[in-house]
Amino acid sequence: MRFYEYEAKALFRKHRLPLGAGEVVNSADEARAAFGRLAGPAVLKSQVLSGGRMKAGAVKFADSADEAAAHFDAILPIVVKGESARSILIEEKSPVAQEYFVAITWDGRRKQPVLVFSDMGGIDIEEVAEKHPDHVSKTHFSSILPLTPRIAKEAIGATGVGGSALNKLTPIVFELMKIFLEYDLTLAEINPLARLENGQFIVLDGHIDMEAEARGEHKALLDELGIGDDETRQARPPTEFELAGARVNAVDHRGVAGNVVEFDGNLGLVIGAGGGSLTLFDAVRKHGGKPANYCEIGGNPSVGKAKELTKLILSKPGVEKIAVMMNVVSNTRVDIVARGVVKGCIEAGKDPAETIAIFRIPGAWEDEGFKILEKYGVEYCDRSVSMYDAAGRAVAKMA
Amino acid sequence: MAGLFIDIKVAAEVAKNPETARKLEEVCPVGIFAARESGVEIVDDNLDECTLCDLCLEAAPSGSVEIIKLYEA
Repeated sequence: MRFYEYEAKALFRKHRLPLGAGEVVNSADEARAAFGRLAGPAVLKSQVLSGGRMKAGAVKFADSADEAAAHFDAILPIVVKGESARSILIEEKSPVAQEYFVAITWDGRRKQPVLVFSDMGGIDIEEVAEKHPDHVSKTHFSSILPLTPRIAKEAIGATGVGGSALNKLTPIVFELMKIFLEYDLTLAEINPLARLENGQFIVLDGHIDMEAEARGEHKALLDELGIGDDETRQARPPTEFELAGARVNAVDHRGVAGNVVEFDGNLGLVIGAGGGSLTLFDAVRKHGGKPANYCEIGGNPSVGKAKELTKLILSKPGVEKIAVMMNVVSNTRVDIVARGVVKGCIEAGKDPAETIAIFRIPGAWEDEGFKILEKYGVEYCDRSVSMYDAAGRAVAKMA
Repeated sequence: MAGLFIDIKVAAEVAKNPETARKLEEVCPVGIFAARESGVEIVDDNLDECTLCDLCLEAAPSGSVEIIKLYEA
């Protein structure tokens, strides 16, 4: 879940990271008044969740109150990568001597947070890493063991930064590491982190992504920032199909049959289990299949929940078949899911044998589940068939 | 709508017993039994949610409750 820049900065301010003066404004008059409260020239920035504001012309500099008001009117209507501005952030323009980059994200392969630091901030970090690898450091750290400033100091020092700059940067980077862990973030980035001409360091721009599943844990913070429960902050607004999927999942506390994401393919997917959804979705695409949806089932959803999810997917125009596939399950019962999907097909007016391209859920109660599938003539397979091959069988039936 | 996969039969004399009805309602994790003044009533909508836990078999006198897997018929 992405934060707007002004929200990220509110979190940084709460943790006493150095920030310039600034305000969120919602009209030209407010922009004019806010300019008067700043010490000098200002920068006005569109508040959107996507990047590319500068290229879109949604960041402008103002030397007077009238210019700030005019820039507000110019920036507000600009759509950045399909997204309209929520508001405009007006801040003091800072006399920058040097820009740095610092970000913490999650390294899925190492299963650890990774701190990325560069003394060449303000530009695309991938480009810096490619052209100036000695100016980028990557440092993994534990999310369990106590954090120490030494980790931050070594990461900064690895790019050649020393002396006063090293001493001033270390507490900022260390605080960002703490913020990352404390709020279950998937990204905490400051770019640029600027050294001003007077030697002071300040945060010029920040990006925060919070793990969506952690929203409940951090409700107090979200309330403080004014982020409502209904704000999904996904890359795009949910479709009607996705909202219907959320309703299916919410109707019953048993298990999960949700996280539905709509795609424009023709093969419906009822997939899940311990990362199985992503693996199976990718496998379908690798075989040349076109998924109609992504979803996640697990935790032993009720028959009714699996049934309603199946009906929803089959209601999507163009979807004639579904593939029901999971990793090996232990706490989800094969027979319960089998009942759900078969019943869903029947209630949707379809023949399960023709509609379920493949049923590949091995694990708990599979013998009972396979009896149900045999009764209805559904092709199924056990764990001797890999998830990849099962996806291939489903795709082959779509030809 | 009756179950597509599961049916449950309760012997007539046991079904009329309010105490057994209450026990069946209490033990079933998916709400298949409802205790009424007249005895136990099967909630058809919940039949297919049966988890085959057999708690109802243990709560009622031996042999008085029968779980039928319709997909084995």
